[in-house]
Amino acid sequence: MTKMKDNKLSFLKKKENVTYAIVIAVWIIMEILLKAGVVSSHLSGLLVPMCYYAIVAVGLNLCVGILGELSLGHAGFMCIGAFFSAAFSQIFKDSLPGGLRFFLALVIGIAFSALFGFLIGIPVLRLNGDYLAIVTLAFGEIIKNILNSLYLGLDSKGFHFSLTSMLELGMEPDGKTLINGAMGVTGTPRDANFTIAIFLLIVSLIVVQNLINSRDGRAIMSIRDNRIAAESIGINVTKYKMLAFTMSAAIAGMAGVLFSHNISTLQATGQYFGYNVSIMILVYVVLGGIGSIRGSVIAAAVLYLLPELLRGLNKYRMLIYSIVLIVVMIINWAPAVLDKRQELMMKFRKGNRKNGTA
Amino acid sequence: MALLEVNDLCIQFGGLRAVDDFNLNIEQGELYGLIGPNGAGKTTVFNLLTGVYRPTEGQILLDGKNITGHKTAEINRDGIARTFQNIRLFSKMSVLDNVKVALQDRYHYNTLTGILHLGSYKKLEKEMDAEAMEILSVFGMDKDAELLSSNLPYGQQRKLEIARAMATKPKLLLLDEPAAGMNPNETAELMDTISLIRDKYKMTILLIEHDMKLVSGICEKLTVLNFGRVLAQGNTKDVLSDPEVIKAYLGDE
Amino acid sequence: MLSFLTSLVNGLSLGSIYAIIALGYTMVYGIAKMLNFAHGDFIMVGSYVIFIFVSNLGLSPVIAIPVAVVLCLILGVTTERVAYRPLRNAASPLAVLITAIGVSYLLENVALLIFGADTKSFTSVIPWSGITLAGGEIRIQGVTIITIITSVVILLALQFFVHKTREGQAMLAVAQDRSAATLMGIDVNKTISLTFAIGSALAAIAGAFLCSAYPSLTPYTGAMPGIKAFVAAVLGGIGSIPGAMLGGLVLGVIEILARTYISTQLSDAIVFGILVVVLLVKPTGILGKIIQEKV
Repeated sequence: MTKMKDNKLSFLKKKENVTYAIVIAVWIIMEILLKAGVVSSHLSGLLVPMCYYAIVAVGLNLCVGILGELSLGHAGFMCIGAFFSAAFSQIFKDSLPGGLRFFLALVIGIAFSALFGFLIGIPVLRLNGDYLAIVTLAFGEIIKNILNSLYLGLDSKGFHFSLTSMLELGMEPDGKTLINGAMGVTGTPRDANFTIAIFLLIVSLIVVQNLINSRDGRAIMSIRDNRIAAESIGINVTKYKMLAFTMSAAIAGMAGVLFSHNISTLQATGQYFGYNVSIMILVYVVLGGIGSIRGSVIAAAVLYLLPELLRGLNKYRMLIYSIVLIVVMIINWAPAVLDKRQELMMKFRKGNRKNGTA
Repeated sequence: MALLEVNDLCIQFGGLRAVDDFNLNIEQGELYGLIGPNGAGKTTVFNLLTGVYRPTEGQILLDGKNITGHKTAEINRDGIARTFQNIRLFSKMSVLDNVKVALQDRYHYNTLTGILHLGSYKKLEKEMDAEAMEILSVFGMDKDAELLSSNLPYGQQRKLEIARAMATKPKLLLLDEPAAGMNPNETAELMDTISLIRDKYKMTILLIEHDMKLVSGICEKLTVLNFGRVLAQGNTKDVLSDPEVIKAYLGDE
Repeated sequence: MLSFLTSLVNGLSLGSIYAIIALGYTMVYGIAKMLNFAHGDFIMVGSYVIFIFVSNLGLSPVIAIPVAVVLCLILGVTTERVAYRPLRNAASPLAVLITAIGVSYLLENVALLIFGADTKSFTSVIPWSGITLAGGEIRIQGVTIITIITSVVILLALQFFVHKTREGQAMLAVAQDRSAATLMGIDVNKTISLTFAIGSALAAIAGAFLCSAYPSLTPYTGAMPGIKAFVAAVLGGIGSIPGAMLGGLVLGVIEILARTYISTQLSDAIVFGILVVVLLVKPTGILGKIIQEKV
């Protein structure tokens, strides 16, 4: 009996495990409340989005906090995951059972966002800092705009696509429209639910937290801290940057799969996939703490739910977030403020010591 | 055969020949000093040797292998490790991780193993921890292993940089002004550290230094660089008594 | 042919608006070495100020524009002082960029609270209806002509300022090497403040023309043109004043031609595609110089 208790305690000693424990606790509590029927339909509708934003935040933190490069294009990767998985589910809507169909859609969504993350990473990762940020923003917008004008159909002759109109697809009468331009994808089976979303959040957490504590993670962080020194000890900078960026894009794509399988009409609008969404996710990452994976999850959940639940706050939501963002950045990064903080800390410690001896 | 053989090395930035007609031979186990006035091109030589810059002309042979034009990371795997004039640690990583990241070429497991923490992950991580701690204890830093590297005192940071370079098991170690910014006590400690590396690992070392006491105290051979060219080369005592060298350092009176 | 000429003229008009914004962007980026993500939102602030003065208070644009310029100038200098300067020497270059994104959001949301999300229809500040060419086949609007002329005047004035005045020389020095400039007795803080003052003032002027040519004003009006002007500055070579002008014009023409001949949907994708191509093929842009990291 005592032994079990010890085991539990040592399980929570590792800080990564605390994160899993929090997520699972939230899941259990919400499931109980849902079963008890005390959760409003409004709140229960927010649970899956809360999870997919937390997942993208984890993915973006891998890019911003661990790799040290600012991406403003993660909404684009989410968009890719959402569209390709939704198109897949359209094809097999009636021919595959729900569970298997969603699993395969997940694989497709992740694979495509990883592929695009890789392809976009090749040119983008040659840049850094401001330029990298603005080019990822550009790619995100390009993805959104192209998917917004993409027509994709499938008939007995195979896939057809066009960037101008449905008619140009020239499909057979039996053809199926998968993506209908600006109208997007309609009637995607709602295969996602809260439990699946929590499960995928935990998967993304395991992937990122284990990565950080592995050989590859250390290599990625060494590049973040000092690229030239990393090269000098034999680290293949390009390889590890690509690895981190691709994984980060894949995780965003996974969130996209949840997105498209939780909504009946999927459209590549700025509201859901524009650079503003990428920035909103960046706000989650920054306020949760750059490099703190647990912080990203908590910040995404709280910052997403709070204004939705407190309707009065919604109007001021972004105003408050933007002010907090600026203040947090200055407090955590301004050299003058950091010096002052260090000074205060020293004084505090000294004071404590004096009190202790007195 | 010399461990390091540099032939007619030259690099041109725009119209300026920052290093010109540079030759150097370092034998296995030697402690070699590269000195010269500020701006003479010493760090540029290091950057050429480690592939940060590509030479315009010339050839670099390490252990008989031509490494000219190789990338920095490849050159490290070929066997050259270095430290930097302005310390370049992985500041947001622990002291232990700074060394572990330098070990990883010799402890291979793939990304999936790392992400899933499979069996060989645990085994290899344990071995890496053990070797990293061993290196740290040689440098007397094992008790600071969990500290954030940027929280180390200055002298310790320089030491950790050397420890990190040594963790890559180089054939040749380049030290760029290891004593810069150190007080006499720290410098004395550094000299001990350098002797220790030589004795324990039979390491060949090339160092840039301004501290003449350190240079004359530990270097067996010297090359003096002035305006990108070799001014004098040979045994430490001979070089330091060369009137040309004295003139370059003290100026024309 | 006629429709092509019309598109070309429209492109030059949009391009010269981008050019005015890009001139401010390129100076701030070149001298303060930061991407002021909020630059586009200064345009929006300037436009709302003009809107209030002209449409609500019924005053002449001749009064409204200078007021907008002064207010934007104060806004720009204050923003730099309060939000950016403390982070100038931060350990990560991302810190100031993220803060600038925060400022951008702050401005947009303050505007949203004050003016609401609905589109305000902006009265053109240029009452002149323009000229017709080719027997009435091509009409060039007054705002187009005035915008193009103004952008050229601003270009020449900036060139004169940067190369012929002490303050301008100080800017060049700060752009090249901040610590060396300090040693030469140049007040870096003052120089950067002045840069922000000029950039923000130009944003207000750009706002006046942007909303006269495209008369719908929302809190997000400035965001996209701001980003595109940055693309223009990169295309021309970041830090280069003639480059910003050239980049702005080229980008405006490409955007309008793409809208006319390819698709409205994809024109933005094409503009951003240009950014990607330029940064990968010639990161220094058409007229820029190379900067290398020191080891």
